[in-house]
Amino acid sequence: MTILRKEGREKARGAAFYVDDIAFSNLLHGTTVRSSIARGCISGISYLPGVPWDEFTIVTSKDIPGKNCIAHILHDQPCLADGLINHPEEPVVLLAHPDRHVLEKARRLVQIETKELPAVFTIEDSLARKQVIWGADNLFKSLLIEKGNVDSVWAGADRIIEGEYSTGAQEQLYLEPNGMVAKADNLSGVTVWGSMQCPFYVHHALVTALGLQADKVRVIQTETGGGFGGKEDYPSVIATHAALLSLKAGKPVKMIYDRAEDLAATTKRHPSRTRHKTAVSKSGKLLGMEVDFAIDGGAYATISSVVLSRGAIHAAGPYLCPNVRIRGHAVATNSPPNGAFRGFGAPQSIFALERHMDTIAAELGIPPEELRRRNFLHQGDQTATGQVLREKPDMEGLLEKALNAAGYHEKRKAFAEANANPETRVKKGIGFSAFMHGAGFTGSGEKMLASVAAVQATAAGRIEVLASSTEIGQGANTVFAQIVSHALGIPSDWVDVVRPDTSIVPNSGPTVASRTTMIVGKLVENAALGLREVLRQSGRLGLSHTPSDFQQALSTYVREVGPLRSDSTYKQPSHIEWDDMNYRGDAYGTFAWAVYVAEVSVDTVTYETKVDHFVAAQEVGKVIHPMLAAGQIEGGVTQGIGFAIYEEVVNRSGRMANNRLTNYIIPTSMDTPRIQVIFAENPYAHGPQGAKGIGELPLDGAAPAILNAVSFATGAPIHQIPMTPEHLLRALHGAKPEGQQL
Amino acid sequence: MSAPKKISLHCTVNGEPRELNAYPMARLLDVLREDLRLTGTKEGCGEGECGACAVILNGELVNSCLVPAIQVQGAEILTIEGAANHPIAAQVQEAFLRHGGVQCGICSPGVILAAANLLSHDKAPSEADIRESLAGNLCRCTGYSKIVDSVAYAASDLKGTRS
Ligand code: FES
Ligand code: FES
Repeated sequence: MTILRKEGREKARGAAFYVDDIAFSNLLHGTTVRSSIARGCISGISYLPGVPWDEFTIVTSKDIPGKNCIAHILHDQPCLADGLINHPEEPVVLLAHPDRHVLEKARRLVQIETKELPAVFTIEDSLARKQVIWGADNLFKSLLIEKGNVDSVWAGADRIIEGEYSTGAQEQLYLEPNGMVAKADNLSGVTVWGSMQCPFYVHHALVTALGLQADKVRVIQTETGGGFGGKEDYPSVIATHAALLSLKAGKPVKMIYDRAEDLAATTKRHPSRTRHKTAVSKSGKLLGMEVDFAIDGGAYATISSVVLSRGAIHAAGPYLCPNVRIRGHAVATNSPPNGAFRGFGAPQSIFALERHMDTIAAELGIPPEELRRRNFLHQGDQTATGQVLREKPDMEGLLEKALNAAGYHEKRKAFAEANANPETRVKKGIGFSAFMHGAGFTGSGEKMLASVAAVQATAAGRIEVLASSTEIGQGANTVFAQIVSHALGIPSDWVDVVRPDTSIVPNSGPTVASRTTMIVGKLVENAALGLREVLRQSGRLGLSHTPSDFQQALSTYVREVGPLRSDSTYKQPSHIEWDDMNYRGDAYGTFAWAVYVAEVSVDTVTYETKVDHFVAAQEVGKVIHPMLAAGQIEGGVTQGIGFAIYEEVVNRSGRMANNRLTNYIIPTSMDTPRIQVIFAENPYAHGPQGAKGIGELPLDGAAPAILNAVSFATGAPIHQIPMTPEHLLRALHGAKPEGQQL
Repeated sequence: MSAPKKISLHCTVNGEPRELNAYPMARLLDVLREDLRLTGTKEGCGEGECGACAVILNGELVNSCLVPAIQVQGAEILTIEGAANHPIAAQVQEAFLRHGGVQCGICSPGVILAAANLLSHDKAPSEADIRESLAGNLCRCTGYSKIVDSVAYAASDLKGTRS
């Protein structure tokens, strides 16, 4: 029987407690006054008449007791602008008041006088240093991955094929907007409740900006209505703002962004531009790949450097190529900072590669599936970073499963015939993508994090899991309970997952990078086994036991000996070696592998694209909870459909012009096809029960599969997403209408 | 300009008669969440686009962020908190729990009420009917497949209990 989602019943009853559900009798509401220009200097702030200003708590950069920054990888992002403005949503003043409506009126009455400076809004302008707006050269990070000698292959290659591909910004659009409640005073410190993925990131930011001791800051996650990366780094901003207001007011402060503010001001997926130059033999063997990958980080560094790393490492895909050079740049522009979004750079670079592979296939006159087959990575092969694959990927098997399930060959033939008829208004297409996704932090990230998770016994004979990994809808609570249940031979109902609270749980790292099940889940498994060992050694548990033996042993131990807790700290498997200077070695402990197939209809009159059917085949190690896992894939694919054809962030001078749900369009139940999910299992030795990470994978493959299908349907090579009707009209205008690439 | 005055309202919420004092143009969403502390109704957009705030008002599904308080004078309102006592909605809740219709849960109150509303009018909806009736409820987590399945299971469970 399927194990039910742990917190599912409360959610279905509307009883789950989210941040906006918090009420205190003396609660104030907080709001942010932002800049109106993209770049410039602040010359003054005035508070226009119209509200009783003496009723307000007002915070500016002068009220920050610690360091004026949102501490992340770098300390470049101010908590509140102090003189300089670097993007149009830069926070300048914070206000708090008991009445939300009066507060909103006041926000509009704060006038920030500025002197404007020239700004930069595109990757190309930033790379060309039209203005230097960040550091010495606008570069948050540059990197180079080299394998073999790509310069040696151009002269002898049968064909050299080039292409340029781009992807747009994308909003995570968790349905619960960002929000925090803070309660602070000078004596006891600050407690923050909120919607978040990474309690210890928020903790670190608060300690830095408030100048408090670590033990004076407590961060508690409330039920979180989706994250997808969008609640990785931004919650630190709101938490710090709410805490500053609360500190000054001496009362609790709630800051909940409305949708318009959340869309305008919070992080998005990095827009990207990728150039490919590929040397191939006539038979379709990849001889050399040169990739130039650039992403737009917005005004501050946030986590752009790591997004760039993941994107660049995935840029060569699941293919064997002896000579590879990948250059990556993360550049600054005067838009609000971009940040994490499920896939974290990989959906961008994989879109480019998988469109490029179809382009190569068309140029060589080889079927796209055959081109892939001739180049897939196998056990023992070396990836672009020189990682020797210890595991045994079976991309051929996944390809066959996915294409068969989709009826790919028959449909491709039938669609080509139907599309060739000039009378056909709705052209049909089918296309696929092949890809892999590294789970866990890149390179030595996990080693440096050295995460800890724990389990402890209760007097009632139950087990509690202690970890800072957050349940954000993905099913972390359920999977942790299931891992403990499996390790200890007890029902998962006897396992409780403690709500993340930095004063209670150990730091098991952030809830990102598809690491929760694979990395933290393994720690939970080890901690559980450690606890069992203590019981065995104490003589209270035999080598084999029934669930009730276990419960008995547990409660006797607690009664007779005292508290029983077992911690487990991450130890990197000894074979993993990574050289961060040269981007060489084992970029990830393991990869998930996948082939996705999309079937689309393109209306040649309205230019609307619809995804009619979707097959997602993947190998993700052992699947722990099939229903939750399939839910991850279906949700991720749907976000990928949005990324491909619906979701466009219209950037006007650095500001999102369409920051409402009426004009930022995400897929509805009517726009989403049935998604057929296929799992192939190949247990991973270092994951709990053999599981690998899964969360980000589905975002990587949907968009290229869809655009390969659209290109097949229209006969036009389309290299850019989101491919909305307006863009499709432009792309097709001038494209040869006479049919198929093959 | 004279400040608007609160008016007294009476209505039935989840079967219980309630007396309220609210500004006539206050959003029903805020009246439910703040005055009645029924926080199961959620706000996802505040402009009628997402359905997270959906409730059933006099037998019809409405987005409570768009309904002014004055409109609920004498009305009967069903929110997610009352769903467990509503034969159809309760079955839908159970199906969502068993078939993966709930992930982060923020859309669930609205989606469950929308589905209950559909099943009150149509006992055996097709997949297309289900998708159509949920088109006003955005979900960013599930990709809708498991939501659609949950509604279909709820329909067949109800048929079992009805026949
Ligand atoms: S909050 Fe009412 S429809 Fe979105
Ligand atoms: S379950 Fe998260 S929005 Fe639907």
